[in-house]
Amino acid sequence: MPLLELDHVYASYGGVRALHDVSLAVDDGQVVGVLGPNGAGKTTTLRAISGVVHTTGAVVYRGKRIGKSPVQAARAGIAHVPEGRGTFAELTVDENLRLGAYTIRGRADERRVLTYFPWLGERRRQQAGTLSGGEQQMLALARALMARPRLLLLDEPSLGLAPRVVRSIFELVSKLNAEEGLTVLVVEQNANVALDHSHKAYVLEAGRVALRGVSAELRDDESVRRSYLGY
Amino acid sequence: MLFFSGADFAQQVVSGLSSGGVYASLALAIVIIYRSTGVVNFAQGEMATFATFIAWSLMNHMSYWPAFALTCLIAFAGGVVVERVVIRPVEGTSVLTIVIVTLGLALVFNGASSWIWGAQVKSFDSPFSTRPIHVAGVAFSIQDIGIIVVSLLLVFALWLFFQFTKVGLALRAAAVNPAESRFVGIRVGWMLALGWGIAAMLGAVAGMMAAPVVFLDPNMMLPILLYAFAAAVLGGLDSPLGAVVGGLLFGVVLNLVSAYSDFVGGTLKLPVGLVVILLVLLFRPQGLLGHTSVRKV
Repeated sequence: MPLLELDHVYASYGGVRALHDVSLAVDDGQVVGVLGPNGAGKTTTLRAISGVVHTTGAVVYRGKRIGKSPVQAARAGIAHVPEGRGTFAELTVDENLRLGAYTIRGRADERRVLTYFPWLGERRRQQAGTLSGGEQQMLALARALMARPRLLLLDEPSLGLAPRVVRSIFELVSKLNAEEGLTVLVVEQNANVALDHSHKAYVLEAGRVALRGVSAELRDDESVRRSYLGY
Repeated sequence: MLFFSGADFAQQVVSGLSSGGVYASLALAIVIIYRSTGVVNFAQGEMATFATFIAWSLMNHMSYWPAFALTCLIAFAGGVVVERVVIRPVEGTSVLTIVIVTLGLALVFNGASSWIWGAQVKSFDSPFSTRPIHVAGVAFSIQDIGIIVVSLLLVFALWLFFQFTKVGLALRAAAVNPAESRFVGIRVGWMLALGWGIAAMLGAVAGMMAAPVVFLDPNMMLPILLYAFAAAVLGGLDSPLGAVVGGLLFGVVLNLVSAYSDFVGGTLKLPVGLVVILLVLLFRPQGLLGHTSVRKV
């Protein structure tokens, strides 16, 4: 049984349909990419899992129906890093990390998280909003890890970042997947880097799943690249 | 008459700080709700009066401090219930709607106070003696000092709560970024209710500190609420520290102005409050310590 399963999910914003019969599965321990152009429904897919948007169909996580509210998802062990960094800009780095552990009972293991982000330790008292874009994306990741999630939902981590920073973020995702067994569902417009760092991928087009497959195979298939990924 | 003596001046400053402590507590209550919901709770003063009446009733049955503590608890619970029952249904609607609801709440609490306890003025016990103590040749009232200490302790306790506890941090997070807060598992709705509870408790303490001085009646908090608004606007409506600084500053200035000028005293103090609000809004709308609101388009 997959860790997460979307079964014939439909979603709409005020009458405008954003997802149309989307089914996908994320197996435990995998990194799964969701690709596609702007407006294809990538972000909505993550929002459906977190219950930010109203859906019909089933979102099943570890055998239980979820998708009612972001609070429910967070408490079930899903960490969602939304598009556009997702940090508390007015609060300090340390406070952001503490908030990440909000659902954890007892003391949070900040030290373990900081081994992946050693530079964050020295910037604890800094306001998150004063970090650079890449640093904020890293902080958002660190904050998500504080909750000791089983599943990480990552929304467009490359947005507005330099290619070198994007690479290092995806390398970190792969490392977390390998070392911590973290399962990741990552939405990404930059298909190249996402396919390099995922096991399998779905390509969305106009709210539907247009294509699915093993990432390495999708990457190497020239016709797929040309018609769906545009590079 | 203008005549300054150092002793007299020190006395006036301390006395101003004591009213300032009351303004600061109420201003802080206003700021806490403003930060989390973006509206000013016009019922803050009347809720405080109502709580002070409850304290007055309790004090017929028990001594001061147990009644004080019990009143704080009741006010806290009352604040939470008011948010859940009255504010919740209009949450997310227009600011104007919520403002009108809080104005309605003010009328309801004012009416309820008159209806239950009557409109006549009551005296209210103070835990502090009105006897003066002499420090370096200056006579300070113990009551003034007591009020200052209670207000500052309360503010300090709240600061510890907001800074160092998980729930306090969650409250701040929910106030600055509700959408993001939900992603880390914070129940934002309950945080708003908690904020209302804390604000109501602050108001209750302000009411209980003010009542021995201004006497208890259903309209007791009206001028104090105006001063607290002035203090909150002066300090910056989104700044808790600003509310405290603004409250103390405003208390001192108001007291000095009325002590050392012939024409500002008694009822003429009120327009001073309004003038401060007007001037701050005209020349420094974000207040002394507030942030300029930047709206991204």
